[in-house]
Amino acid sequence: MVRLIGILVGLFFSGWLLVTLVVGFIAWASEPAVKTAEHEFHQHPKELSLASDGPFGHFDTQQLQRGYKVYKEVCSACHSLRHVAFRDLEQLGYSEAQVKAEAATWQVPGIDAVTGEANTRPGMPTDYFPKPFANDVAARAANNNAIPPDLSLMAKARHDGAAYVYSLLSGYQDQPAELLKEFPDAKTPDGLHYNPYFANLNLAMAPPLADGQVTFDDGAPNDLDAMSQDLAAFLVWTAEPTLAKRHQTGWPVVLFLIILSVLAYLAYRNVWRNEKH
Amino acid sequence: MSFPWAKHYQPTNPFMRWMDEKLPLPRFVYNAIGSGYPVPRNLNYWWNFGVLAGFCLVLQIITGVILAMHYAPNALVAFDSTEHIMRDVNWGWMMRYAHANGASAFFVVVYTHIFRGFLFSSYKAPREMIWLLGVVIFLLMMATAFMGYVLPWGQMSFWGAKVITGLFGAIPLVGEPLQVWLLGGFAPDNAALNRFFSLHFLLPFVIAGVVILHIWALHIPGSSNPTGVEVKTESDTVPFHPYYTAKDGFGLAVFLVIYAAFVFFMPNALGHPDNYIPANPLSTPAHIVPEWYFWPFYAILRAFTFDFFFIPAKLLGVLAMFAAILVWFFLPWLDTSPVRSARYRPLLRKFIWFGFVPCMAALFYLGGAPAEEPFVMFSQLAAAYYFAHFLIILPIVSMVEKTKPLPNSITEAVLSKHGDAPAAAE
Repeated sequence: MVRLIGILVGLFFSGWLLVTLVVGFIAWASEPAVKTAEHEFHQHPKELSLASDGPFGHFDTQQLQRGYKVYKEVCSACHSLRHVAFRDLEQLGYSEAQVKAEAATWQVPGIDAVTGEANTRPGMPTDYFPKPFANDVAARAANNNAIPPDLSLMAKARHDGAAYVYSLLSGYQDQPAELLKEFPDAKTPDGLHYNPYFANLNLAMAPPLADGQVTFDDGAPNDLDAMSQDLAAFLVWTAEPTLAKRHQTGWPVVLFLIILSVLAYLAYRNVWRNEKH
Repeated sequence: MSFPWAKHYQPTNPFMRWMDEKLPLPRFVYNAIGSGYPVPRNLNYWWNFGVLAGFCLVLQIITGVILAMHYAPNALVAFDSTEHIMRDVNWGWMMRYAHANGASAFFVVVYTHIFRGFLFSSYKAPREMIWLLGVVIFLLMMATAFMGYVLPWGQMSFWGAKVITGLFGAIPLVGEPLQVWLLGGFAPDNAALNRFFSLHFLLPFVIAGVVILHIWALHIPGSSNPTGVEVKTESDTVPFHPYYTAKDGFGLAVFLVIYAAFVFFMPNALGHPDNYIPANPLSTPAHIVPEWYFWPFYAILRAFTFDFFFIPAKLLGVLAMFAAILVWFFLPWLDTSPVRSARYRPLLRKFIWFGFVPCMAALFYLGGAPAEEPFVMFSQLAAAYYFAHFLIILPIVSMVEKTKPLPNSITEAVLSKHGDAPAAAE
């Protein structure tokens, strides 16, 4: 009885799936696939090699300092960094005094000690990076109806993380003529900007970086490509400040476990030496 | 029960003798996983995965309890509290990665353990109850893992919760009120997050309870083995300790190497980047996908695209998805072959390796692929085979198949493998 019902249920599910498959295949084969501009012109991120890559990856603090400067002078006008505190900057190689001085260059929301009214005050190491807009409505109003996303986790919140950030920042270009020829309706709307690395090709953010925009104290190159890489490296750090410690911890753990495996194997062979199996 | 030749617990230490009189817990352990449990001598590495699954459960409970000390189950702060664990809690990043990858490891191990059951027909009499309890454990694991994935309250948490609870909305008449009741609202929000946290904390202990029943049921007939021939004499068995504690120890160490490599060097490889974006009810992700371990069943759900007369396609998909697991409950009665191990069932063995395994590989891939052609058509083909395999092929093959001759005993099988003459009948 179980088998009879089972076979009937199986015939029902499998049979209906095969019917659906045949009908779906005929529809799929007879209708030409609709091509879209996104499908044809979207590009995968460019290759990016950072010190933090791979199981031996660590942070290049010089590069992180440069990336931080790009964030401070450019990105922070619109993008928050809400999971990062000024105290975290010590990990970029700054001393405690330097961090204190750096925090004080930022204005953070405060409360007037006398009147209790909201005001701003210089930041302290314990403060988190302030938000550039008071709320989402203000952020939308100032940015062509698009809220600039928080950047803290950006390098983990997109496929290909850092490579995506780097490609997007350095990937703005004029809309290709072939695209307009093939898809006349896909012209980039006014106020948006064409970028083949963005999922739907048109991005509200104007090209934020240009050659020579930020001057680095260490005299490192400051063309668009180099700055985009530095910022991508910085965002890898903001997304996971514990990354280097994770790699450092991982090697002793894995090596210990490999040795343990060898010893466990020898123990197993030794225990079983007189038993055939 | 045990075999008559099982060793008896004889404590020599006065404290252990005193303990044995008052609370014979050491005796219980000795008989369960010590020298008092005789196990077939021919278990291969497929048999390591039960112990590994038990290890994963303990690992998940320990890391989970620690994470719960720092996590805040409130929709306003859940995402930030997860980042607080990652950044500010000492070794919090390691605990969270160990837990997230521990869930994946648990499923890898359990899927292998279940596949062992298919390959060696471990579900057959007299071990039906072990199998049934195992399927219950798997269902509980799925519920627990689903609710755990909601807790960080990222985009995939939110939209995954919405899609999965939406499945209940497909049930006729009571569906929508049921969905609202389950969520405590019309969409996932604080009420849903709080109850998911509560249940995510509770269910692992329920799983632990069913695991105890699973092992209890195992100890009545004793472990199965790769030949599928039951234990007959003492020479067929070895004591669990030290023989299988040694072998499981080696398996555990190798498992830990792979697991640690994931935790420390590629902790986000199995996750989805969208879950690092805070939940936003107003922004739907381009592709909503659950965690990888649900992909086969998600592929089956999405394979149904046509209404069957009065049954809507969505309801059909939901029924098929649940049926895909419920069918496992009936395996002991769908498979009527007198022979257990696929080693001696050449036809079934071919269907498993050349039908079922590619079908599952395809479903694993397709469940994570976008819901567009040609992926949907391949899902339909693979899902059709899935149901046909268990409900049509298995019952028919088990009736018509000409099986290979079985060895007379485990000992004979072991000795002939080593090229020795079979021992004379004892």
